[in-house]
Amino acid sequence: MDKIYDLIIVGAGPAGITASVYAARKQMVFLVVTEDIGGQTVWSGDIENYTGYQFVTGVELTMKFEEHIKKYEVEVRENEPVTAIEKKDNNIQTTTSKNTYLSKTVIIASGKKARELGVDGEKEFRGKGLAYCATCDAPLFAGKDVVVVGGGNSALEAVLQFIKISPKIYMINDIPALGGDPIMREKVLKAGNVTVINNSVVKSVEGDKFVERVKYLENGEEKELSVQGVFVEIGLVPNTSFQSDIEKNDVGEIKVNNCNETNIPGVFAAGDVTDVPEKQIIIAAGEGAKATLKVFNYISRIKETW
Amino acid sequence: MDKNVIVYGTPTCPYCVRVKEYLTENSIEFENVDVAEDNNRVQEMVDKSGQMGVPVIDIDGEIIVGFEKEKISQALGIS
Repeated sequence: MDKIYDLIIVGAGPAGITASVYAARKQMVFLVVTEDIGGQTVWSGDIENYTGYQFVTGVELTMKFEEHIKKYEVEVRENEPVTAIEKKDNNIQTTTSKNTYLSKTVIIASGKKARELGVDGEKEFRGKGLAYCATCDAPLFAGKDVVVVGGGNSALEAVLQFIKISPKIYMINDIPALGGDPIMREKVLKAGNVTVINNSVVKSVEGDKFVERVKYLENGEEKELSVQGVFVEIGLVPNTSFQSDIEKNDVGEIKVNNCNETNIPGVFAAGDVTDVPEKQIIIAAGEGAKATLKVFNYISRIKETW
Repeated sequence: MDKNVIVYGTPTCPYCVRVKEYLTENSIEFENVDVAEDNNRVQEMVDKSGQMGVPVIDIDGEIIVGFEKEKISQALGIS
């Protein structure tokens, strides 16, 4: 606790990892605290737009990221979600589930996570029929009826994982018609075993030990589906649930200027957690690099004034 | 003595790949069960872990759900 780091990096996705590489090369005294390594990159499936790689999987790229920071012997504390980031005198105090750290600067690169439904039974049945990653868990539902919640591309992609293995697939979508790309929509609608339920919202997920049914409201009328699987694909939310006075926009993204500065001096942010337009691995990586360079300038400046 | 390690996973699940990489890096031998291929093993995995998410790691009967590096290394006695 006595040690004052130059920099604490929160998160180890493309933004956090790249920020780390730059911090290591600037020989800063820093630490990475994170829930996991890779962030959303791990879940990205096939990547064909990260410069230098014509094709790489999310897992492979994550392992490359990990190798890269290992080369610099970066200190990474995994499984340490951040609970608060606050100004403390001239420093920033970062509180995690396990420790408290003091630093001159912080880069928040905590990324995004799957949006939850916020309905009864969601927490209880998580992993017991309710899941957020069809790519991972779909094969376990072979022969079972499932509902996919959502109407965009990720929901359509999820449905495509089930059309060959599930007898019946339902899509519950809260808008009047399916969104997403026309090619994907067509594939889903042609499959023959998909029922699309528009203008509807999930009310609860129920069952005994595992999911048995879903209750939903269709145009205000309560209805029920008998399913063994519920896959939630309703977009992403920024990981900014920690306590702070950092300014965010109306979707919860941290507001930054083009130098990655937040409203709090010394607190920077980078990647998908920010309001930077376009969320891409390569953009997050670039923002992470820029954030560290700006942190480096900032530290040089405060050294002069102290 | 070496522990009996089983990894239940699907080929498309990123954390299954990461668990297996981690075990291989630490020279731990394991049985790789692809639950997408074998429905009987799905039931076995669900019975052991009481849930339906992958990966599930069985280390001499100790069941760990997910790529929980700390728990896995503790159960295996590696640092």
